[in-house]
This record gives sequence, structure tokens and C-alpha cells, in this order.
Amino acid sequence: MDWTALRLSVSLGLWTLAILLPVAVWLGRTLALRRFPGRSVVEAAVALPLVLPPTVIGFYLLLAFGNRSPLGQGWEALFGHGLAFSFEGLLLASVLVNLPFAVQPVQNGFATVPPGLREAGAVSGMPPWRVLLRVELPLAWPGIATAAVLAFAHTLGEFGVVLMVGGSIPGETRTVAIAIYDRVQAFDEGAAGAMSAVLLAVSIAALGLTGALSRRVGRRKRDA
Amino acid sequence: MPDYGAGTGLSARLRAAEPIPLDLDLACAPGEILALVGPSGAGKSTALRCVAGLHRPQAGEVCCDGAAWLDTAAGVDLPPHRRAVGLVFQDYALFPHMTALGNVVAAMGHRPWGAREGRARELLALVRLAGLEGRRPAELSGGQQQRVAVARALARDPAVLLLDEPFSAVDRATRRRLQEELAALRRVLSIPVLLVTHDLEEAAALGDRICVVHHGRGLQTAPAAELLARPATAEVARLLDLRNLFRGAVERHDPAAGATFLCWGDRILEATHAPDFAPGEPVDWLVPGAAVVLHRRGRPSAGERENPVPGRVVELLALGEEARVTLDVGDPGGSTLSFAMSLHAARRNGLAPGEDCVVSMLRDGIHLMRRRSRR
Repeated sequence: MDWTALRLSVSLGLWTLAILLPVAVWLGRTLALRRFPGRSVVEAAVALPLVLPPTVIGFYLLLAFGNRSPLGQGWEALFGHGLAFSFEGLLLASVLVNLPFAVQPVQNGFATVPPGLREAGAVSGMPPWRVLLRVELPLAWPGIATAAVLAFAHTLGEFGVVLMVGGSIPGETRTVAIAIYDRVQAFDEGAAGAMSAVLLAVSIAALGLTGALSRRVGRRKRDA
Repeated sequence: MPDYGAGTGLSARLRAAEPIPLDLDLACAPGEILALVGPSGAGKSTALRCVAGLHRPQAGEVCCDGAAWLDTAAGVDLPPHRRAVGLVFQDYALFPHMTALGNVVAAMGHRPWGAREGRARELLALVRLAGLEGRRPAELSGGQQQRVAVARALARDPAVLLLDEPFSAVDRATRRRLQEELAALRRVLSIPVLLVTHDLEEAAALGDRICVVHHGRGLQTAPAAELLARPATAEVARLLDLRNLFRGAVERHDPAAGATFLCWGDRILEATHAPDFAPGEPVDWLVPGAAVVLHRRGRPSAGERENPVPGRVVELLALGEEARVTLDVGDPGGSTLSFAMSLHAARRNGLAPGEDCVVSMLRDGIHLMRRRSRR
């Protein structure tokens, strides 16, 4: 059992959520409520990581992170090391790859909030931020929680993109999924089995949670 | 702070060509209920939403107690949360995740924390929901939900109360009770109240004045009795579902006799002097059923000299102790004359479909309307 890898995966998952969720709430809410030109393009772009092979995503991210790209150069100038094969690079990749898993449930969550309630909040004297906090987020939270669970579980299990942009540096970029692969390559079936069992348990728990949450969203929809 | 002239009421001037046409001027004094009536899609709710700030007309002003909420010419357009309105939505739009108390407290952002709950309980007691503060909307009946919506609308201490078809989502008995409650509530309110409804009876029962709205235009604003007796145009009369609407032309005036004579087909009718109309001018006219008197068979009586008109009974509809009689009076446009009388009087006079009779149209009841080209 590679505890360092497990800790790293959990840490990557939590950091991903910390950055991803605010973005997903903003983007999902915008997509759910606003009709603007280019909306379908944005939706397609968000969904792209679902259909692209992880190696392809990883390849383009490597290009973007490399020291020949403005992003890579800028990062190097600021922090003294490259983005590729670093935890920060892995985190950025994880946020991008998880966008569809987070944005779509959030969008569904906000779509279930009847538009009349936002107006009711406004004519009740609530400024928009208060309507968001008091009315929209409490009603959309099953969608947001689903997004969090899905994104976290997916981060733990992500393999291809992590291998491409992170490599397998212990304590820096070697996540559980990579560690399992390493152990199997080394014929250490015991360790691979233990770590696989942990990921299996996490996945089952995530499915159970999202199932329960989406039933909640469904109920809200019917009530409204 | 400039002097905003507190308590001067609400005034609105709304103009728009699209997406929803509006050409409406409203004024509502403190303590007054102004009912906006019209068919669905007439723009009544849109007008209300303009006042609340949920919809922006292309041009116009909304002014409440001297404060400009909207002035498109001056670039003023306050968002809804900065307009002191209380709005009761047609479907109430209660916050489903909050209790009745929570819904009311949620609209009290302007009060200090400690003062909110006590005031919310007072308001819920005012709408007779004491004891149900802890229930969520899903656990309340339609009528109770409506009361929570009213309490929430009042929680803001609004300068104007807006009611958008507030009684349409409940059953008949509940509606009657809620209407009585609103009538009682308005006695303790000293703010203007705008009531949107498609139900003329409701508007007449609750509104001090009624504004008839059609295609976004305000056609006439008047107290119910005046509106029903003296609609401004045939269009208003039709929207109010008034009967006995005919076309004719002014023949001549006789100021000495206080009379205006009216050509109606080949008949001449005498109406109250109406000098505003020029001789020869085509007019729409109507006579309320209450101003139609049946001649008793073989026994002429007073009033029968006025505008005697022969007719044939087309329909006799018995409604309890009343009979609604419809006569074919040979109107060139094919309209019929209808009036109500007691069922036993109708029987005694031998009224039945196909029978002939004579009625008088009382001249004071005949109301002339200018024939206006549509704008």
C-alpha cells in the first residue's frame, strides 16, 4: 500500500474541488440561466474532456505547460520551476479534465430552481448575492454536491492525463491510479489489489451518494 | 434628501411597442385598490412587473410617493430589490426550503436581526396563520400559501402592494374567503394596491376603480358602477361582456326637452341629451337590462311612452327565481335585446319563445359611445 500516493490523490482531489467548484457554480449557473450567443459552443467546450482520449488531452496540456508556451514560460518565471511534471500542473490538468463532471450537475441543479423564485427574492428586497445565497444555492445544492462527489472520485481514478502531464514522481505526481499501475508492472499484486479495493470502495460510495442526491433533485423538480 | 412627498401614491406611464405592447397610464392613491382587468395576454401582469422592476418598458416612468423608480428619459431604473414593492405572484413563488416564518423573515432584510421574527409572527397572525409558522409551503393548503405570500409581500413594509391574479389558483370557496380577507386587510393598509385580475366581478368587488386593459392599452379607468353603466367605447363594453350593444346614429338634439334623438334602423329613440355628439354622427349605444321595461299585456302603465319597441322572444332562461329574456327586436346588425325579470312575472305575461311582446327602453338608461377608430 502506497500511502504517499493515496495522500497525494486525496490532496489533489480536495485542491481540485477548491478551485473547480467556484468555477463550476459560476459557469453552470450562467449556462442554466442565461441565453447568450456562443452558449452552445461553451457547452461543447466544457463537454470536450468527456469524449477526448485522456492521452490527447494530456498531450495538448503538455504542450501548453512546456517551456516553449507562454503559460509554461510565465509559470517558470514566477515560480522557478516548470508546470509539467509538477503537482501544480497536475492540479490545473485535473481542474480542466473535471469540468464536465462538475459543470453539468451544477447546471442541472440551477435549472431546477424556478425562475419565479429569483424574482420573488428580488421583490422581497434581496440583492442578487443574497438571492444566490438564500434561495438559489440551497435549492441547487444537490446538484453542486453531486458535482463535488463526481469530480473528487474522478480525480482519484484519473490515469491517462496524470501519466502524460505528471509522470510518476513519488510525492509529487504519483497518484494512486499511477501507483497501482507501477505495482502491477512490478508484479506486486498485493499492493495493487489493496489500492484497487480502496478506489473501488470510493467509487461505489460516490455512485451511492450521487444517486441519492439526484433523487433529491428530482423530487425538488416535481415539487416546484 | 430631496422631499419626495411621502404618501402621494403610485403613478406609472408605460410605453412599449415590443416585445409586449404597452400604452398605459396608471395612478393609484394611498389606500386605494386599482384593479387592472382584461383578457389574458392583455398586458396586465406585464404592467405590474414594470412597476416592480421585473420588466422594463421601452419608455415610461414609475413614481411612488414622489420617488422615481423608473424614468427612461433620465436613465433611472431601480432594480426590484431597491423598489419598495410587495408582490404576490399568481403561483405565490414561496421559497420551498423555508418555513412560513422563514419566507416572511426572508423579506425583512431592511430590519435589524432582532426585530424580524417578532414582526413576521405579527404579519402571519394578521393573515390568520398563527400556529402554522413552522410549516413549509408544501405542508400548507393553497389558501394558506396565498396568505403566506401576502404576509411576505407586506414584510418589506412596501410603499405599494401588487397582486397578480392572487385568487386564481384556489377553489371557489377559498377564493371567496380570501377576497373577504383582502377587503378587511385593505382597511389597515394605507398604501396603493394594484390588483391584476381577469375576473370582472372580483375587480368590481375589491377595486375602488377599475382600469380596463386590452392589447396593452388602458382603455378606461373608472369605478365599477360607472364603468358598467357608461363604458367609454363599444370595445370596453364588449370586454366587460355587457349586453344590448347596438349601432345607430345621432339624429338631432332637443336641448329644451333635454333629449337627443337616435336613429336605430328605421326607428327613432329618445335618449338623454348628449350634446357632445354631432347630428349625423354614427354611434355605438347600449341600454342596460335594468332600463328595459316589459309592457304588461292589455294594461299600459307609466314609462311605457318611452321608446316602445316590439320584439319576439328568442330565449327565456330560468335562473332560480329570475328569468333572462332575450328578444329579437329587428336590430339591423342582428344583435338581440336581453333583460332580467322575475320568473313569475314572465310567466304571468305569457312570455315564451316565439311570443311577441313590447318593451320600453328608458331614455335615461340609453348610453351613447363615440365610435373611435383603433389606434
